Amino acid sequence: MQIARETLLRSYRAMRTIRMFEERLHVEFATGEIPGFVHLYCGEEASAVGVCANLTDNDTIASTHRGHGHCIAKGVGVAGMMAEIYGRSTGVCRGKGGSMHIADLACGMLGANGIVGGGPPLICGAALSHKTLRDGGVAVAFYGDGASNEGSTLESLNLASVWNLPAVFVVEDNGYGEATGASYACAGTQQARAAGFGMPYIECDGSDYFAVHQAAGEAIAHAREGKGPVMLHVHLQRWYGHFEGDAMTYRAADEVADARRDHDCLKLFRTRVTEAGLFEGSELDEVDAAVADEIEAAVVQAKDDPLPQSADLLADVYVRY
Amino acid sequence: MSKKSFRQAINEALRQEMRRDPTVILMGEDVAGGRGGSAGTQDAWGGVLGVTKGLLEEFGDTRVLDTPITEASYIGAAAGAAVTGLRPVAELMFVDFVGCCLDQIMNQAAKFRYMFGGKARTPLVIRAMFGAGFNAAAQHSQALYPLFTHIPGLKVVIPSSPYEAKGLLISAIRDDDPVIFLENKVMYDEEEDVPDEPYAIPFGEANLTREGRDVTIVAFGRMVGLANQAADRLEKKGISCTVIDPRTTSPLDRDTILECVADTGRLVIVDESSPRCNMATDIAALVAEEAFDTLRAPIRRVVPPHTPVPFATVLETLYLPSVDRIEAAVTATMAHRVAEKV
Repeated sequence: MQIARETLLRSYRAMRTIRMFEERLHVEFATGEIPGFVHLYCGEEASAVGVCANLTDNDTIASTHRGHGHCIAKGVGVAGMMAEIYGRSTGVCRGKGGSMHIADLACGMLGANGIVGGGPPLICGAALSHKTLRDGGVAVAFYGDGASNEGSTLESLNLASVWNLPAVFVVEDNGYGEATGASYACAGTQQARAAGFGMPYIECDGSDYFAVHQAAGEAIAHAREGKGPVMLHVHLQRWYGHFEGDAMTYRAADEVADARRDHDCLKLFRTRVTEAGLFEGSELDEVDAAVADEIEAAVVQAKDDPLPQSADLLADVYVRY
Repeated sequence: MSKKSFRQAINEALRQEMRRDPTVILMGEDVAGGRGGSAGTQDAWGGVLGVTKGLLEEFGDTRVLDTPITEASYIGAAAGAAVTGLRPVAELMFVDFVGCCLDQIMNQAAKFRYMFGGKARTPLVIRAMFGAGFNAAAQHSQALYPLFTHIPGLKVVIPSSPYEAKGLLISAIRDDDPVIFLENKVMYDEEEDVPDEPYAIPFGEANLTREGRDVTIVAFGRMVGLANQAADRLEKKGISCTVIDPRTTSPLDRDTILECVADTGRLVIVDESSPRCNMATDIAALVAEEAFDTLRAPIRRVVPPHTPVPFATVLETLYLPSVDRIEAAVTATMAHRVAEKV
């Protein structure tokens, strides 16, 4: 499938934005200035971006605790995200959600989620809304190999098939649920699980943007055409720990270094598009520079933005009470 | 206006709101019933106790959705649908089953609006049966409204009669926040006059089912009826009671409770939920904190023991608050004499 040049450029920019956003958080978190804890998406950028490149604002996604990448890929503003992570009133959730609850319903982002397996049931509901309201939308649940074992996820695969929902279940399989390997914690295979619930299964290499884009395109088209849900299994590598501060003693010494060397989706993307003559390296360098400026500005702004006021504590528990 | 049962009043509220607003949908286990059965698609049950009977016929299977027996996925789906344009009414059947889907209520639906900085609206209603008195034993008889009341972001409704059920359910469906609507299963056949046209009873506004001068009784759901029976008996003995039906435990009409206690100086709370951290303790704390000086006797709570709900009729009868126990509590509070302070 031919991907439009503007789509490629937008996708490259989104992947670079995620990478720089997360690398910067890695640095800033170590200073102690960011409250709470953060889970970084570095290494997995092509999954969120390759999937979301096939979606519009009318489509809906639900994310995970490792949600920054999905937010950026779905179009949530970087400045508002950074301010949220710094706990500022200018944050996309006014400083009341933080890293694990970034949401922007206006662009179809139903939220990162602090509960493993929290998203798939919600996506069944969003898909039901798309189907009932006949708006042509598709709902996509991103969840990890860890969440793939949650009862809520397995129930959702069943319900989506029973109701023939326009839903795509994206298993982002980075090989670890927290500190426990998927090879230990996941019995059987994701493929057999999809088959068990009567839905098509597609897998792809998550470091290859083009492979994800192609696979997600097929899955989303299937769902959008009313043919029911699909499972998309994306094989990924997580470059940082489960959370920042995780020493990753459960991983072999060279595992992450190998991933960074051989499975860097941005490097692979650049090589492919420059060798194909689609872009000059300098064009992509310009994107990198622009993104670096954007991230720098977001951090400077977030640090300078106002903190929530005491009245905010009581606001927005209910629409009306 | 015509005589309608508690069951019919709820059915009518659902039907009228579904006619009024095409985004209102029903989902739950056997809300229609019969899907996939060898007899073909039909309205076989209309809910396990027949509350949603006939709705499939009028609204079709795109708005009356039978679910698999998988509470986490369909209650979560109801929450997800509510933030994306529908107004789902999800039936949890027995409230005890919340153990299978509490995350979707407590961590998802209840918190969207606050966590997302006020950007989400979650117009979700979860209906469930509750209460003992049906020999349904420990896993089908609990009165878990304190659990939901404890969670910020939820509204909790306990109708005390057919009239109340219809008006409160219509309000619940029109509400933009997640509402837990709890129906005492012992009441489904109770009848009274209920208007045929739709009407909404606002949340957070208590109903005084009678006004008296001596003792204030606060009761919830089916207990309101028992409290009024006790008050009838007490009236004959010259003791005059106010009976308050708060209608909703969240929001709670604190002002009405405090005003009535100020008038009577005595308070009895009747609550069929487990006695620790329940509505009776909550209201007792409220009155102790805000109206201590108006009290002329200790607050009394008529509540079950701290046990699971038992099965055998003789034990279940002992377990539940009764007219006799309410009468005894009121009599005891009237007998109390405050010691002269030196």
